[in-house]
Amino acid sequence: MMDPKTAADAYSRLIIIRLTEEAIAEEYKQQEMKCPVHLSIGQEAVAAGVSLCLSDQDVVFSTHRCHSHYLAKNGDLNRMIAELYGKKEGCAKGLGGSMHLIDEGVGMMGSSAIVGGSIPLAVGAALSFKMFNQPHIAVPYFGDGACEEGVFHESLNFAALKKLPVIFVCENNAVATSSPLLARRPANNIFQHGQVFGIPGYQVDGNDLASVYATAKRAREHAASGKGPVLIEARTYRIMGHVGPQQDCSSGLRTQEEWDQWKDACPIKRFEAYCDEKNLLSESERETMRRSTQLQIQEAFEIAKAGAPAEWIA
Amino acid sequence: MTETRILKYREALNEALLQAMQGDENIFVMGCGVDDEGGIFGTTRAAYEAFGKERVIDAPLSENAIAGIGVGAAIMGRRPVIVHARNDFLLLAMDQIINHAAKWNFMSGGKLDCPMLIRAIVGRGWGQAAQHSQSLQSLFAHIPGLKVILPSTAYDAKGLLLASLQDNETVICIEHRLLYEIEEPVPEEAYTIPLGKGDVKRSGKDVTLVAFSYMVAEALKAATLLEAENISVEVIDPRCVAPLDMDLILESVRKTGRVVIADTSWKSFGASAEIATRIYESCLRELEAPIARIGLPDQNTPCASNLEKEFYPGVDDIVKAVQSLTHPHHNASDYIARESSPEHAKFTGPF
Ligand SMILES: Cc1ncc(C[n+]2csc(CCOP(=O)(O)OP(=O)(O)O)c2C)c(N)n1
Repeated sequence: MMDPKTAADAYSRLIIIRLTEEAIAEEYKQQEMKCPVHLSIGQEAVAAGVSLCLSDQDVVFSTHRCHSHYLAKNGDLNRMIAELYGKKEGCAKGLGGSMHLIDEGVGMMGSSAIVGGSIPLAVGAALSFKMFNQPHIAVPYFGDGACEEGVFHESLNFAALKKLPVIFVCENNAVATSSPLLARRPANNIFQHGQVFGIPGYQVDGNDLASVYATAKRAREHAASGKGPVLIEARTYRIMGHVGPQQDCSSGLRTQEEWDQWKDACPIKRFEAYCDEKNLLSESERETMRRSTQLQIQEAFEIAKAGAPAEWIA
Repeated sequence: MTETRILKYREALNEALLQAMQGDENIFVMGCGVDDEGGIFGTTRAAYEAFGKERVIDAPLSENAIAGIGVGAAIMGRRPVIVHARNDFLLLAMDQIINHAAKWNFMSGGKLDCPMLIRAIVGRGWGQAAQHSQSLQSLFAHIPGLKVILPSTAYDAKGLLLASLQDNETVICIEHRLLYEIEEPVPEEAYTIPLGKGDVKRSGKDVTLVAFSYMVAEALKAATLLEAENISVEVIDPRCVAPLDMDLILESVRKTGRVVIADTSWKSFGASAEIATRIYESCLRELEAPIARIGLPDQNTPCASNLEKEFYPGVDDIVKAVQSLTHPHHNASDYIARESSPEHAKFTGPF
């Protein structure tokens, strides 16, 4: 079971993602954030649960949908929002935008908008740890769509062959842009992809932070002990459309009924219920945390809007 | 009598594909989101509705394998059309395109053809940033065994697409997303434009302006502005980088003695460098001024909108370049009537 301190840490990571994403969706209408945004609402528990098991020296690599990975790894909020506004103070100095968040100081090593593109980068980071006897691990986050790319399979093979400390984390939200998973692959079995290489694979309920956390902890122990990589498939759902501030039920990709079910399976509500059940973090404590996070986010937007225009780097 | 209607660029592509598929049962389409209304600007939608998912196949995210699967089908006599929402995604398929599609005919002693069409869009604006904005025509034009087309108008889009679907080589079609909404009269009947044949988009006598893709639109605006200053500009659209219609370019350069080349991509080692070299090789002594080039600086695409504006050359850069050839001793800014291109403002996200 989780201790109260960990629960508070977990909750703070969950809500900073959710409240930031909601604020982005709201502010996006002003058309001042001039870049595509892929929101992670509904998927917060994956990054939050995994990051809880990582140190600042452990590294993560991300995708076009990188906000949750960045924030869960304690990436700087002000610099993230400034990045979305294309400001000089942004985490990539305004050159990258929403799809290329990075905060190397906390081990968030960057995000590729090429699907599957950053998976081998994490394997390379793990190779570097191994070469220099550093006890850290590397995590590539990727969607279900990325499992169709050859580079994913090549990376699994290499990481297993060299017994590298990698936790491959797939956020399986069952869609890629406007294609459902079963239109793209014959079976919904991503966690089995490492089997032939001897990579342990776990399937977890990605909306249940406690299970993600428990699984990631085991995975970290395995990877850090020199036994090689682990693959986690976290089943989750993106509540918003593929890109932009709207949800996409009307597109025919998914039904209102399915969407409602997942909306109910909200990872934050789930974790709040878990805290109540286990007596970990009271509603009044949570309320206080939400309020202060909200203020922090408001301030981040104010700072970003007042920021300096981006400049070329030398 | 065939009817001519006004069609948008994307509608012209849509119609061409539909007509080609009606006439040739070997043609089929593969790509992420080709069955989708919005995915590829609706350019494969009519085909999907007419022929269903057996011939318009929503593909997994497996660009290299899909390209190779296309090669395999093509050498068996089919005509795959592979569509990518960005040039950048095409880079994952470079091995199959360059090592296989471009070479299978040669390595089979000419016995097997690889008639495949690969379409890919250039992204621009609203923070597309470094990995969603590349314009990669020069990369492909470097490789023997590939044809590369860059339709700049709705009329050309239809004719070039239909020609590509009758060609026996692999053709890469580079489309620019700022062109999708432009419109003009397009005949309803099927027609082809020979690959490798350029077009004079506007005739003039003082300066030759060679432009590709979206830069054709910018070049025509520049030409209109320059006309007011009594500078007569001839706008040549080669329409294909490979094969390249050098005869048309040289004929124009010999007439005007001055040339500006405007490309949607980087200048270094690119199409504009190649064309300039060929002009120098053929008619250096007939030039009255050095060749000027317009293209992207040697820099990746920034996300921030203020830097995006600086990054992309536009009408005023073309005007300046032309003036620097016709009036080398004047300060260019004396002449400039600045005009920004309204297409830029049309993209307001989310993508
Ligand atoms: C190599 C490549 N092909 C296509 C795309 C276009 N694209 C961007 S996101 C996306 C869907 C990705 O789905 P998934 O990996 O499941 O992640 P999700 O968006 O669901 O988080 C696609 C097809 C791309 N960015 N890169």
